[in-house]
Amino acid sequence: MSAEVQDPAVEAVTSARRAKKPEGRFARPARFARTYGLSLLVVLLLLGIWEVISRTGKVKDYILPAPDQVLSELWNDWGLVYRSATWVTFQEMFIGFLIATAAGLGIAMLLHWSPVLRRAIYPLLIASQTIPIVVLAPILAIIMGYNIGPKLVVVALVCFFPIAINTLDGLRSVDEEYVRMMRTLHGTRWLTFRRIELPSAMPSFFSGMRVSAAFAPVGAVFGEFSGSNDGLGFVMLQAGPQLQTTRVFAAVLLLTVMSILLVLAVSFSERLIAPWAHQPRRNT
Amino acid sequence: MPNAGLDSGTYTSYLMHQMPAEPGAVSAATCISARDVSRWFGDNHVLDGVDLDVSLHRRLGIVGASGGGKSTLLSLIGGLDEPDEGMVSVQGCEKAADRLARCALMPQRDLLMPWRLAIDNAGLALENKGISRKDARARVKPMFERFGLAGAELRRPGELSGGMRQRIAFLRTLLAEKEVLLLDEPFGALDSLTRAGMQDWLSSALDAEPRTVVLVTHDVEEALLLCNEVVVMSARPGRIMDRIQVSLPKEGTHREIVAQPEFVALRERALEALET
Repeated sequence: MSAEVQDPAVEAVTSARRAKKPEGRFARPARFARTYGLSLLVVLLLLGIWEVISRTGKVKDYILPAPDQVLSELWNDWGLVYRSATWVTFQEMFIGFLIATAAGLGIAMLLHWSPVLRRAIYPLLIASQTIPIVVLAPILAIIMGYNIGPKLVVVALVCFFPIAINTLDGLRSVDEEYVRMMRTLHGTRWLTFRRIELPSAMPSFFSGMRVSAAFAPVGAVFGEFSGSNDGLGFVMLQAGPQLQTTRVFAAVLLLTVMSILLVLAVSFSERLIAPWAHQPRRNT
Repeated sequence: MPNAGLDSGTYTSYLMHQMPAEPGAVSAATCISARDVSRWFGDNHVLDGVDLDVSLHRRLGIVGASGGGKSTLLSLIGGLDEPDEGMVSVQGCEKAADRLARCALMPQRDLLMPWRLAIDNAGLALENKGISRKDARARVKPMFERFGLAGAELRRPGELSGGMRQRIAFLRTLLAEKEVLLLDEPFGALDSLTRAGMQDWLSSALDAEPRTVVLVTHDVEEALLLCNEVVVMSARPGRIMDRIQVSLPKEGTHREIVAQPEFVALRERALEALET
Protein backbone atom coordinates (compact mmCIF):
# COMPACT_ATOMS: atom_id res chain seq x y z
CA MET A 1 0.00 0.00 0.00
CA SER A 2 1.30 3.46 -0.75
CA ALA A 3 1.16 6.35 1.67
CA GLU A 4 -0.54 8.68 -0.83
CA VAL A 5 -4.07 8.04 0.31
CA GLN A 6 -6.71 10.23 -1.24
CA ASP A 7 -9.32 11.34 1.18
CA PRO A 8 -12.94 12.27 0.55
CA ALA A 9 -12.74 14.42 3.67
CA VAL A 10 -10.54 16.95 1.85
CA GLU A 11 -13.27 17.28 -0.73
CA ALA A 12 -15.92 17.60 1.99
CA VAL A 13 -14.07 20.54 3.53
CA THR A 14 -13.69 22.37 0.24
CA SER A 15 -17.34 21.98 -0.60
CA ALA A 16 -18.32 23.12 2.90
CA ARG A 17 -16.34 26.30 2.31
CA ARG A 18 -17.99 26.77 -1.03
CA ALA A 19 -21.38 26.38 0.58
CA LYS A 20 -20.57 29.16 3.05
CA LYS A 21 -20.04 31.80 0.34
CA PRO A 22 -23.58 32.44 -1.00
CA GLU A 23 -24.65 34.03 2.30
CA GLY A 24 -23.71 37.26 0.54
CA ARG A 25 -23.20 40.74 1.82
CA PHE A 26 -26.41 40.91 3.84
CA ALA A 27 -25.28 38.04 6.00
CA ARG A 28 -23.78 40.23 8.72
CA PRO A 29 -26.70 42.65 9.11
CA ALA A 30 -29.04 39.66 9.08
CA ARG A 31 -27.08 37.96 11.85
CA PHE A 32 -26.98 41.22 13.83
CA ALA A 33 -30.75 41.62 13.50
CA ARG A 34 -31.33 38.04 14.60
CA THR A 35 -29.08 38.43 17.65
CA TYR A 36 -30.00 41.90 18.87
CA GLY A 37 -33.24 42.72 17.04
CA LEU A 38 -35.61 41.74 19.84
CA SER A 39 -33.61 43.49 22.57
CA LEU A 40 -33.55 46.69 20.50
CA LEU A 41 -37.31 46.39 20.09
CA VAL A 42 -37.76 46.14 23.88
CA VAL A 43 -35.58 49.25 24.40
CA LEU A 44 -37.57 51.23 21.82
CA LEU A 45 -40.83 50.10 23.42
CA LEU A 46 -39.70 51.20 26.90
CA LEU A 47 -38.52 54.56 25.53
CA GLY A 48 -41.92 54.99 23.84
CA ILE A 49 -43.79 54.32 27.08
CA TRP A 50 -41.49 56.71 28.93
CA GLU A 51 -42.04 59.43 26.32
CA VAL A 52 -45.82 59.01 26.51
CA ILE A 53 -45.85 59.17 30.33
CA SER A 54 -43.74 62.34 30.34
CA ARG A 55 -45.84 64.00 27.62
CA THR A 56 -49.12 63.50 29.52
CA GLY A 57 -47.76 65.98 32.08
CA LYS A 58 -48.75 63.77 35.02
CA VAL A 59 -45.08 63.59 36.04
CA LYS A 60 -43.13 66.85 36.40
CA ASP A 61 -40.25 67.09 33.95
CA TYR A 62 -37.78 67.95 36.72
CA ILE A 63 -38.59 64.49 38.09
CA LEU A 64 -38.74 62.53 34.86
CA PRO A 65 -37.81 64.42 31.70
CA ALA A 66 -38.91 62.90 28.40
CA PRO A 67 -36.27 61.15 26.28
CA ASP A 68 -36.53 63.81 23.58
CA GLN A 69 -35.86 66.54 26.16
CA VAL A 70 -32.71 64.70 27.24
CA LEU A 71 -31.56 64.45 23.63
CA SER A 72 -32.16 68.10 22.87
CA GLU A 73 -30.37 69.08 26.10
CA LEU A 74 -27.38 67.05 24.90
CA TRP A 75 -27.54 68.63 21.45
CA ASN A 76 -27.82 72.21 22.70
CA ASP A 77 -25.27 72.11 25.52
CA TRP A 78 -22.77 69.67 23.99
CA GLY A 79 -20.04 72.24 23.43
CA LEU A 80 -20.76 74.14 26.63
CA VAL A 81 -21.04 71.33 29.16
CA TYR A 82 -20.62 67.82 27.89
CA ARG A 83 -17.71 67.73 25.46
CA SER A 84 -14.92 68.39 27.95
CA ALA A 85 -16.67 66.46 30.75
CA THR A 86 -17.05 63.39 28.52
CA TRP A 87 -13.43 63.59 27.46
CA VAL A 88 -12.22 63.81 31.07
CA THR A 89 -14.35 60.88 32.22
CA PHE A 90 -13.40 58.86 29.16
CA GLN A 91 -9.70 59.30 29.94
CA GLU A 92 -10.17 58.22 33.56
CA MET A 93 -12.21 55.23 32.51
CA PHE A 94 -10.01 54.12 29.63
CA ILE A 95 -6.59 54.56 31.25
CA GLY A 96 -7.84 53.04 34.51
CA PHE A 97 -9.18 50.09 32.55
CA LEU A 98 -5.88 49.58 30.74
CA ILE A 99 -4.02 49.63 34.06
CA ALA A 100 -6.48 47.07 35.45
CA THR A 101 -6.02 44.85 32.39
CA ALA A 102 -2.25 44.89 32.63
CA ALA A 103 -2.28 44.33 36.38
CA GLY A 104 -4.95 41.60 36.18
CA LEU A 105 -3.10 39.68 33.49
CA GLY A 106 0.21 40.11 35.30
CA ILE A 107 -1.07 38.96 38.69
CA ALA A 108 -2.91 36.01 37.12
CA MET A 109 0.27 34.84 35.38
CA LEU A 110 2.33 35.30 38.54
CA LEU A 111 -0.13 33.33 40.68
CA HIS A 112 -0.34 30.64 38.02
CA TRP A 113 3.43 30.25 37.91
CA SER A 114 4.11 30.27 41.61
CA PRO A 115 2.10 27.93 43.87
CA VAL A 116 3.59 29.68 46.92
CA LEU A 117 2.39 33.10 45.79
CA ARG A 118 -0.97 31.57 44.90
CA ARG A 119 -1.43 30.21 48.40
CA ALA A 120 -0.28 33.52 49.89
CA ILE A 121 -2.23 35.95 47.74
CA TYR A 122 -5.27 34.22 46.23
CA PRO A 123 -7.34 34.21 49.49
CA LEU A 124 -6.42 37.85 50.11
CA LEU A 125 -7.52 38.71 46.59
CA ILE A 126 -10.93 37.16 47.20
CA ALA A 127 -11.19 38.80 50.63
CA SER A 128 -10.28 42.19 49.17
CA GLN A 129 -13.57 42.14 47.29
CA THR A 130 -15.51 42.51 50.52
CA ILE A 131 -14.11 46.06 50.76
CA PRO A 132 -16.55 48.37 49.01
CA ILE A 133 -13.97 49.92 46.72
CA VAL A 134 -16.06 52.92 45.70
CA VAL A 135 -16.15 54.21 49.28
CA LEU A 136 -12.36 54.26 49.24
CA ALA A 137 -12.62 57.09 46.74
CA PRO A 138 -12.85 59.91 49.33
CA ILE A 139 -9.81 58.56 51.16
CA LEU A 140 -7.88 58.40 47.89
CA ALA A 141 -8.95 61.96 47.09
CA ILE A 142 -7.58 63.10 50.45
CA ILE A 143 -4.28 61.31 49.84
CA MET A 144 -3.79 62.03 46.15
CA GLY A 145 -5.68 65.26 45.54
CA TYR A 146 -8.21 66.39 42.95
CA ASN A 147 -6.25 65.30 39.88
CA ILE A 148 -6.81 62.23 37.67
CA GLY A 149 -4.77 59.96 40.00
CA PRO A 150 -7.43 58.84 42.52
CA LYS A 151 -9.95 58.25 39.70
CA LEU A 152 -7.53 55.96 37.90
CA VAL A 153 -6.93 54.05 41.11
CA VAL A 154 -10.66 53.58 41.76
CA VAL A 155 -11.33 52.45 38.16
CA ALA A 156 -8.35 50.10 38.25
CA LEU A 157 -9.39 48.62 41.61
CA VAL A 158 -12.95 48.05 40.44
CA CYS A 159 -11.89 46.51 37.10
CA PHE A 160 -8.87 44.53 38.20
CA PHE A 161 -10.55 41.69 40.06
CA PRO A 162 -12.76 40.13 37.34
CA ILE A 163 -9.83 40.18 34.91
CA ALA A 164 -7.36 38.61 37.35
CA ILE A 165 -9.73 35.89 38.58
CA ASN A 166 -11.07 34.95 35.14
CA THR A 167 -7.60 34.79 33.64
CA LEU A 168 -6.27 32.71 36.52
CA ASP A 169 -9.20 30.29 36.20
CA GLY A 170 -8.59 30.08 32.47
CA LEU A 171 -4.92 29.31 32.98
CA ARG A 172 -5.64 26.68 35.59
CA SER A 173 -8.43 24.90 33.75
CA VAL A 174 -6.24 23.76 30.87
CA ASP A 175 -6.82 20.10 30.03
CA GLU A 176 -4.10 18.03 31.75
CA GLU A 177 -3.93 15.82 28.65
CA TYR A 178 -2.57 18.78 26.64
CA VAL A 179 0.22 19.21 29.14
CA ARG A 180 1.12 15.50 29.08
CA MET A 181 1.15 15.47 25.29
CA MET A 182 3.22 18.65 25.17
CA ARG A 183 5.84 17.05 27.45
CA THR A 184 6.35 14.24 24.94
CA LEU A 185 6.65 16.76 22.06
CA HIS A 186 9.79 18.52 23.33
CA GLY A 187 7.65 20.99 25.29
CA THR A 188 9.23 22.76 28.27
CA ARG A 189 7.25 24.38 31.11
CA TRP A 190 7.64 27.78 29.43
CA LEU A 191 6.62 26.50 25.98
CA THR A 192 3.59 24.78 27.46
CA PHE A 193 2.63 28.07 29.06
CA ARG A 194 3.16 30.09 25.90
CA ARG A 195 1.68 27.68 23.38
CA ILE A 196 -1.08 25.97 25.39
CA GLU A 197 -2.02 27.66 28.65
CA LEU A 198 -1.93 31.31 27.61
CA PRO A 199 -3.94 30.87 24.38
CA SER A 200 -6.50 28.64 26.07
CA ALA A 201 -6.94 31.23 28.82
CA MET A 202 -7.62 34.02 26.30
CA PRO A 203 -11.41 33.50 26.15
CA SER A 204 -11.66 33.69 29.97
CA PHE A 205 -9.37 36.72 29.99
CA PHE A 206 -11.66 38.51 27.56
CA SER A 207 -14.82 37.61 29.49
CA GLY A 208 -13.17 39.14 32.54
CA MET A 209 -12.38 42.25 30.52
CA ARG A 210 -15.95 42.48 29.28
CA VAL A 211 -17.35 42.36 32.84
CA SER A 212 -14.81 44.96 33.93
CA ALA A 213 -15.57 47.24 30.98
CA ALA A 214 -19.12 47.55 32.23
CA PHE A 215 -17.85 48.58 35.70
CA ALA A 216 -15.26 51.08 34.51
CA PRO A 217 -17.54 54.17 34.16
CA VAL A 218 -18.99 53.49 37.62
CA GLY A 219 -15.49 53.68 39.05
CA ALA A 220 -14.73 56.90 37.20
CA VAL A 221 -17.95 58.59 38.34
CA PHE A 222 -17.46 57.60 41.98
CA GLY A 223 -13.93 58.94 41.78
CA GLU A 224 -15.33 62.25 40.55
CA PHE A 225 -18.06 62.33 43.20
CA SER A 226 -15.38 62.31 45.86
CA GLY A 227 -13.56 65.36 44.64
CA SER A 228 -13.18 66.82 41.17
CA ASN A 229 -13.78 69.90 39.10
CA ASP A 230 -14.60 68.30 35.78
CA GLY A 231 -16.05 65.12 34.30
CA LEU A 232 -19.54 63.68 33.95
CA GLY A 233 -19.69 62.80 37.65
CA PHE A 234 -18.95 66.43 38.46
CA VAL A 235 -21.71 67.54 36.03
CA MET A 236 -24.20 65.22 37.75
CA LEU A 237 -23.12 66.45 41.19
CA GLN A 238 -23.71 70.06 40.14
CA ALA A 239 -26.97 69.50 38.28
CA GLY A 240 -28.73 67.30 40.86
CA PRO A 241 -29.30 69.90 43.65
CA GLN A 242 -30.36 72.50 41.06
CA LEU A 243 -33.10 70.15 39.83
CA GLN A 244 -31.54 70.13 36.36
CA THR A 245 -32.71 66.55 36.01
CA THR A 246 -32.41 66.61 32.22
CA ARG A 247 -28.70 67.27 32.63
CA VAL A 248 -28.31 64.33 35.02
CA PHE A 249 -30.09 62.07 32.55
CA ALA A 250 -27.92 63.33 29.69
CA ALA A 251 -24.78 62.48 31.70
CA VAL A 252 -26.14 59.02 32.49
CA LEU A 253 -26.85 58.49 28.79
CA LEU A 254 -23.28 59.47 27.88
CA LEU A 255 -21.87 57.13 30.53
CA THR A 256 -24.00 54.29 29.20
CA VAL A 257 -22.81 54.90 25.65
CA MET A 258 -19.18 54.95 26.83
CA SER A 259 -19.70 51.70 28.69
CA ILE A 260 -21.21 50.03 25.62
CA LEU A 261 -18.39 51.32 23.42
CA LEU A 262 -15.80 49.94 25.82
CA VAL A 263 -17.50 46.52 25.87
CA LEU A 264 -17.63 46.56 22.06
CA ALA A 265 -13.96 47.51 21.89
CA VAL A 266 -13.13 44.52 24.10
CA SER A 267 -15.16 42.19 21.88
CA PHE A 268 -13.45 43.62 18.83
CA SER A 269 -9.97 43.06 20.27
CA GLU A 270 -11.01 39.53 21.18
CA ARG A 271 -11.91 38.87 17.56
CA LEU A 272 -8.50 40.17 16.52
CA ILE A 273 -6.39 38.50 19.20
CA ALA A 274 -8.33 35.30 19.95
CA PRO A 275 -10.53 34.56 16.93
CA TRP A 276 -10.78 30.88 17.91
CA ALA A 277 -12.84 31.72 21.00
CA HIS A 278 -16.01 31.95 18.92
CA GLN A 279 -15.33 29.25 16.38
CA PRO A 280 -17.65 26.28 16.27
CA ARG A 281 -15.96 23.12 17.46
CA ARG A 282 -16.53 19.75 15.90
CA ASN A 283 -15.50 16.21 16.70
CA THR A 284 -14.02 16.89 20.07
CA MET B 1 13.26 -11.38 18.68
CA PRO B 2 12.49 -12.40 22.21
CA ASN B 3 9.15 -14.02 21.48
CA ALA B 4 10.00 -15.80 18.25
CA GLY B 5 8.62 -19.32 18.12
CA LEU B 6 6.27 -18.87 21.04
CA ASP B 7 2.88 -18.52 19.50
CA SER B 8 0.77 -21.40 20.66
CA GLY B 9 -1.98 -19.74 22.59
CA THR B 10 -2.38 -19.98 26.31
CA TYR B 11 0.77 -22.05 26.49
CA THR B 12 2.70 -19.01 25.39
CA SER B 13 1.09 -16.97 28.07
CA TYR B 14 1.91 -19.66 30.60
CA LEU B 15 5.52 -19.73 29.51
CA MET B 16 5.83 -15.97 29.53
CA HIS B 17 4.43 -15.77 33.00
CA GLN B 18 6.62 -18.54 34.34
CA MET B 19 9.81 -17.40 32.73
CA PRO B 20 10.16 -13.66 32.43
CA ALA B 21 13.31 -12.71 30.59
CA GLU B 22 16.26 -11.89 32.82
CA PRO B 23 16.18 -8.27 33.96
CA GLY B 24 18.80 -6.39 32.06
CA ALA B 25 19.06 -9.07 29.41
CA VAL B 26 18.14 -6.72 26.62
CA SER B 27 18.95 -7.88 23.13
CA ALA B 28 20.31 -5.43 20.63
CA ALA B 29 17.04 -5.17 18.74
CA THR B 30 14.85 -4.67 21.80
CA CYS B 31 13.43 -1.18 21.93
CA ILE B 32 10.93 -1.29 24.77
CA SER B 33 11.11 -3.62 27.67
CA ALA B 34 9.04 -3.88 30.85
CA ARG B 35 9.76 -6.31 33.69
CA ASP B 36 7.24 -7.23 36.37
CA VAL B 37 5.70 -3.76 36.34
CA SER B 38 3.08 -2.93 38.97
CA ARG B 39 1.33 0.34 39.70
CA TRP B 40 -1.13 1.41 42.37
CA PHE B 41 -3.17 4.62 42.52
CA GLY B 42 -4.00 4.81 46.21
CA ASP B 43 -5.80 1.55 46.93
CA ASN B 44 -6.43 0.87 43.26
CA HIS B 45 -4.18 -1.83 41.94
CA VAL B 46 -3.99 -0.82 38.29
CA LEU B 47 -1.16 -2.93 36.86
CA ASP B 48 0.09 -6.23 38.17
CA GLY B 49 3.34 -7.86 37.08
CA VAL B 50 3.34 -6.79 33.44
CA ASP B 51 6.17 -8.01 31.20
CA LEU B 52 6.63 -6.65 27.71
CA ASP B 53 9.22 -6.67 24.97
CA VAL B 54 8.93 -4.74 21.74
CA SER B 55 11.69 -4.96 19.15
CA LEU B 56 12.80 -2.02 17.08
CA HIS B 57 10.24 -0.94 14.47
CA ARG B 58 7.74 -3.55 15.59
CA ARG B 59 4.19 -2.71 16.58
CA LEU B 60 2.63 -3.93 19.78
CA GLY B 61 -1.13 -3.76 20.29
CA ILE B 62 -2.60 -3.68 23.79
CA VAL B 63 -6.28 -4.62 24.02
CA GLY B 64 -8.36 -4.91 27.14
CA ALA B 65 -11.42 -3.72 28.98
CA SER B 66 -11.53 -0.04 29.87
CA GLY B 67 -10.06 0.76 33.25
CA GLY B 68 -7.55 -2.06 32.75
CA GLY B 69 -4.53 0.19 33.09
CA LYS B 70 -3.70 0.32 29.38
CA SER B 71 -3.22 4.07 29.33
CA THR B 72 -1.24 3.85 32.58
CA LEU B 73 1.09 1.39 30.87
CA LEU B 74 1.60 3.92 28.04
CA SER B 75 2.40 6.66 30.55
CA LEU B 76 4.92 4.36 32.23
CA ILE B 77 6.64 3.53 28.97
CA GLY B 78 6.67 7.19 27.93
CA GLY B 79 8.29 8.38 31.15
CA LEU B 80 5.24 10.38 32.24
CA ASP B 81 4.85 8.09 35.25
CA GLU B 82 6.99 5.71 37.31
CA PRO B 83 6.13 2.12 38.25
CA ASP B 84 5.75 1.22 41.93
CA GLU B 85 7.44 -2.09 41.25
CA GLY B 86 9.46 -3.44 38.37
CA MET B 87 11.40 -1.74 35.63
CA VAL B 88 10.66 -0.10 32.29
CA SER B 89 13.31 0.71 29.73
CA VAL B 90 13.24 2.33 26.31
CA GLN B 91 16.28 1.75 24.13
CA GLY B 92 18.14 0.63 27.22
CA CYS B 93 17.30 3.75 29.24
CA GLU B 94 15.47 3.34 32.55
CA LYS B 95 15.30 6.96 33.76
CA ALA B 96 11.91 8.64 33.23
CA ALA B 97 13.46 11.70 31.57
CA ASP B 98 15.37 9.50 29.14
CA ARG B 99 12.25 7.50 28.30
CA LEU B 100 10.35 10.75 27.79
CA ALA B 101 13.05 11.88 25.38
CA ARG B 102 12.45 8.78 23.25
CA CYS B 103 8.64 8.58 23.19
CA ALA B 104 5.91 10.69 21.61
CA LEU B 105 2.32 10.36 22.79
CA MET B 106 -0.79 10.61 20.63
CA PRO B 107 -3.78 10.98 22.95
CA GLN B 108 -7.26 9.67 22.25
CA ARG B 109 -8.75 13.08 21.54
CA ASP B 110 -6.86 14.85 18.78
CA LEU B 111 -6.17 17.88 21.04
CA LEU B 112 -5.47 20.09 18.05
CA MET B 113 -5.14 23.69 19.10
CA PRO B 114 -7.84 25.90 17.62
CA TRP B 115 -5.44 28.84 17.70
CA ARG B 116 -3.03 27.13 15.33
CA LEU B 117 -3.52 26.38 11.65
CA ALA B 118 -3.53 22.74 10.64
CA ILE B 119 0.05 22.91 9.37
CA ASP B 120 1.28 24.60 12.56
CA ASN B 121 -0.49 22.02 14.70
CA ALA B 122 1.42 19.29 12.87
CA GLY B 123 4.69 21.18 13.23
CA LEU B 124 4.29 21.86 16.96
CA ALA B 125 7.11 19.56 18.06
CA LEU B 126 9.48 21.09 15.49
CA GLU B 127 8.73 24.58 16.78
CA ASN B 128 9.18 23.33 20.34
CA LYS B 129 12.66 22.19 19.34
CA GLY B 130 13.47 25.79 18.37
CA ILE B 131 12.93 25.53 14.62
CA SER B 132 11.33 28.69 13.21
CA ARG B 133 7.71 28.52 12.10
CA LYS B 134 8.73 29.12 8.51
CA ASP B 135 11.22 26.26 8.49
CA ALA B 136 8.79 24.01 10.35
CA ARG B 137 6.15 24.66 7.70
CA ALA B 138 8.63 23.85 4.96
CA ARG B 139 9.26 20.52 6.66
CA VAL B 140 5.58 19.75 7.26
CA LYS B 141 4.22 20.74 3.86
CA PRO B 142 5.53 17.69 1.92
CA MET B 143 4.21 15.44 4.70
CA PHE B 144 0.72 16.88 4.20
CA GLU B 145 0.95 15.99 0.53
CA ARG B 146 2.24 12.50 1.22
CA PHE B 147 -0.38 11.71 3.84
CA GLY B 148 -3.52 12.82 2.02
CA LEU B 149 -3.83 16.22 3.68
CA ALA B 150 -2.92 18.43 0.72
CA GLY B 151 -5.06 21.56 0.67
CA ALA B 152 -5.78 21.47 4.41
CA GLU B 153 -2.60 23.27 5.47
CA LEU B 154 -4.09 26.67 6.17
CA ARG B 155 -7.38 25.49 7.65
CA ARG B 156 -8.33 25.89 11.29
CA PRO B 157 -8.87 22.57 13.10
CA GLY B 158 -12.55 23.43 13.60
CA GLU B 159 -13.07 23.33 9.84
CA LEU B 160 -11.73 19.79 9.43
CA SER B 161 -13.40 16.39 9.65
CA GLY B 162 -12.63 13.98 12.49
CA GLY B 163 -10.52 11.77 10.24
CA MET B 164 -8.39 14.65 9.02
CA ARG B 165 -7.90 15.99 12.50
CA GLN B 166 -6.69 12.57 13.59
CA ARG B 167 -4.23 12.45 10.69
CA ILE B 168 -2.84 15.82 11.71
CA ALA B 169 -2.56 14.63 15.30
CA PHE B 170 -0.62 11.59 14.08
CA LEU B 171 1.69 13.72 11.93
CA ARG B 172 2.31 15.95 14.94
CA THR B 173 3.35 12.86 16.92
CA LEU B 174 5.51 11.57 14.06
CA LEU B 175 7.24 14.94 13.63
CA ALA B 176 8.47 14.83 17.22
CA GLU B 177 11.06 12.60 15.53
CA LYS B 178 11.21 10.09 18.33
CA GLU B 179 11.74 6.36 18.00
CA VAL B 180 8.68 5.26 19.96
CA LEU B 181 5.10 6.26 19.17
CA LEU B 182 2.57 5.71 21.94
CA LEU B 183 -0.90 5.72 20.43
CA ASP B 184 -3.70 5.84 22.98
CA GLU B 185 -6.97 4.82 21.29
CA PRO B 186 -6.11 7.02 18.31
CA PHE B 187 -9.35 6.34 16.47
CA GLY B 188 -11.63 5.86 19.46
CA ALA B 189 -13.67 8.96 18.70
CA LEU B 190 -14.28 8.18 15.01
CA ASP B 191 -17.26 6.49 13.40
CA SER B 192 -16.64 2.96 12.16
CA LEU B 193 -16.39 3.83 8.46
CA THR B 194 -13.84 6.60 9.00
CA ARG B 195 -12.11 4.30 11.44
CA ALA B 196 -11.55 1.57 8.84
CA GLY B 197 -10.14 4.14 6.40
CA MET B 198 -7.86 5.53 9.09
CA GLN B 199 -6.53 2.07 9.97
CA ASP B 200 -5.44 1.54 6.35
CA TRP B 201 -3.98 5.01 6.32
CA LEU B 202 -2.04 4.52 9.55
CA SER B 203 -0.72 1.19 8.37
CA SER B 204 0.67 2.68 5.15
CA ALA B 205 1.95 5.74 6.98
CA LEU B 206 3.91 3.51 9.35
CA ASP B 207 5.25 1.46 6.44
CA ALA B 208 6.57 4.72 4.98
CA GLU B 209 7.93 6.04 8.31
CA PRO B 210 8.85 2.98 10.37
CA ARG B 211 8.74 3.48 14.14
CA THR B 212 8.35 1.34 17.20
CA VAL B 213 4.69 1.57 18.09
CA VAL B 214 2.62 0.74 21.12
CA LEU B 215 -1.06 0.97 20.23
CA VAL B 216 -3.69 0.90 22.95
CA THR B 217 -7.18 0.09 21.73
CA HIS B 218 -10.36 -1.64 22.85
CA ASP B 219 -10.89 -2.85 19.28
CA VAL B 220 -9.41 -6.32 18.78
CA GLU B 221 -9.66 -6.13 14.98
CA GLU B 222 -7.82 -2.83 14.91
CA ALA B 223 -4.98 -4.27 16.99
CA LEU B 224 -4.71 -7.38 14.78
CA LEU B 225 -4.76 -5.33 11.60
CA LEU B 226 -2.12 -2.85 12.65
CA CYS B 227 0.24 -4.76 14.92
CA ASN B 228 2.82 -7.56 14.83
CA GLU B 229 1.97 -8.68 18.32
CA VAL B 230 -1.12 -8.20 20.45
CA VAL B 231 -1.32 -8.57 24.20
CA VAL B 232 -4.68 -9.02 25.88
CA MET B 233 -5.02 -7.41 29.31
CA SER B 234 -7.48 -8.22 32.06
CA ALA B 235 -9.56 -5.67 33.92
CA ARG B 236 -8.19 -4.18 37.15
CA PRO B 237 -5.61 -5.10 38.20
CA GLY B 238 -4.30 -5.22 34.65
CA ARG B 239 -2.47 -8.46 33.92
CA ILE B 240 -1.44 -9.88 30.59
CA MET B 241 -3.83 -12.73 29.76
CA ASP B 242 -2.51 -13.70 26.34
CA ARG B 243 0.12 -12.75 23.81
CA ILE B 244 -0.74 -13.25 20.17
CA GLN B 245 1.85 -13.14 17.38
CA VAL B 246 0.23 -11.75 14.26
CA SER B 247 1.62 -12.81 10.90
CA LEU B 248 -1.16 -12.30 8.43
CA PRO B 249 -0.87 -11.66 4.73
CA LYS B 250 -1.51 -7.92 4.49
CA GLU B 251 -2.63 -8.17 0.88
CA GLY B 252 -6.17 -7.28 -0.07
CA THR B 253 -8.74 -4.86 1.18
CA HIS B 254 -9.72 -4.27 4.75
CA ARG B 255 -12.81 -6.47 4.36
CA GLU B 256 -10.90 -9.29 2.68
CA ILE B 257 -8.28 -9.42 5.42
CA VAL B 258 -10.90 -9.40 8.15
CA ALA B 259 -12.70 -12.31 6.46
CA GLN B 260 -9.65 -14.59 6.25
CA PRO B 261 -9.95 -17.72 8.41
CA GLU B 262 -6.54 -17.03 10.05
CA PHE B 263 -7.71 -13.57 11.04
CA VAL B 264 -11.00 -14.88 12.37
CA ALA B 265 -9.17 -17.49 14.44
CA LEU B 266 -6.87 -14.87 16.01
CA ARG B 267 -9.80 -12.60 16.73
CA GLU B 268 -11.69 -15.41 18.43
CA ARG B 269 -8.65 -16.24 20.50
CA ALA B 270 -8.25 -12.62 21.60
CA LEU B 271 -11.92 -12.24 22.44
CA GLU B 272 -11.82 -15.47 24.42
CA ALA B 273 -8.85 -14.18 26.41
CA LEU B 274 -10.72 -10.95 27.05
CA GLU B 275 -13.67 -12.82 28.51
CA THR B 276 -11.66 -14.86 31.00
